[in-house]
Amino acid sequence: MDLLASGTLPPDGFVAPGLEEFFWEPFLFEGTPFALSRWTLVLLTALGLMCLVMVKGMAKPQLVPRGMQNLVEVMIDFVRVQIVAELIGKKGAKYLPYFAALFFFILFCNSLSIVPPFFFPVTSTIAIPLLLAVVTWVLFNYVGIRKHGFFGYLKHTTMPPGVPGPMYILVIPIEFVSNILLRPITLTVRLMANMMSGHLLLGLFFAATSYLLYGAFTGESPWFTALFGVGSLVAGIGFTFFEALVIFLQAYIFTLLSAVYVGEAMAEEH
Amino acid sequence: MVETILAAEQTFSGSASAIGYGLAAIGPGIGIGIVVGKAIEGMTRQPEMMGVIRTNMFLGIAFTEALALIGLVAGFIFV
Repeated sequence: MDLLASGTLPPDGFVAPGLEEFFWEPFLFEGTPFALSRWTLVLLTALGLMCLVMVKGMAKPQLVPRGMQNLVEVMIDFVRVQIVAELIGKKGAKYLPYFAALFFFILFCNSLSIVPPFFFPVTSTIAIPLLLAVVTWVLFNYVGIRKHGFFGYLKHTTMPPGVPGPMYILVIPIEFVSNILLRPITLTVRLMANMMSGHLLLGLFFAATSYLLYGAFTGESPWFTALFGVGSLVAGIGFTFFEALVIFLQAYIFTLLSAVYVGEAMAEEH
Repeated sequence: MVETILAAEQTFSGSASAIGYGLAAIGPGIGIGIVVGKAIEGMTRQPEMMGVIRTNMFLGIAFTEALALIGLVAGFIFV
């Protein structure tokens, strides 16, 4: 819906943004593995920003932190204390690099959903959440198998103690599906669905603002349409703040659940 | 009357997966409300346990939300 270019409202009325918002054609280097589309540009920007922040902060670490190092230390301490130490305990310290990288990667990727030139969450397409969920899945299964052995790990996961004997026939398949098959799927879909719905809603509010205000000012719609336009603008701005909360929360929940799964796999026998 | 209902299903112009998701979201919506409500109640009764309760609240939310997400994806799986 390019209103400025055509100079008039589209003939079939308002068209809400749909799934085509998430598929972008490459505009440079098509056909090669290095094809650049809006998606890859936003991803590279998120990665570049994250690396810039982390490297600049910890370039010359001092014992008494100053400036950027302070900020980076606070950020990593958040992951270390609130996520790893609370969920896994002391043995989780060696997995802190993975959880910190996971948390900040998802946070930076999600944040570009509300930052001006980009306005696109890379995590709203299934590729990145799926990749991260598969890495987490491999990690917690590896940790569990290394600690308990293959059949010991399966027993640890699918057979909770205190279940009367014959009930195991019912419990084991349910626990297997829920613990080993469903976990990466829910991690993926939770992150992707939250980001996709936030992006579509933001797009809806601002497209509606453009349509309503344009209609009111060119006279194609009655004058009170301008009030609805302003209303949808205010709603869009309010929803942007809500989206900031969702961005942080989804990064936190993904990392928290990964830590829970790893901690549970590493736990002693019940 | 049963024939009317069955015939209406064949001329259904819309997305059944959207209705399916809407129905699937009722349970987890109530469930998450209960989890968070109880968590808040626990936090007010014992403020020193706030961190532990908050962490377990997120765990509870994740597990109940899984069902809503499966409902979302089910529309795509069952073509």
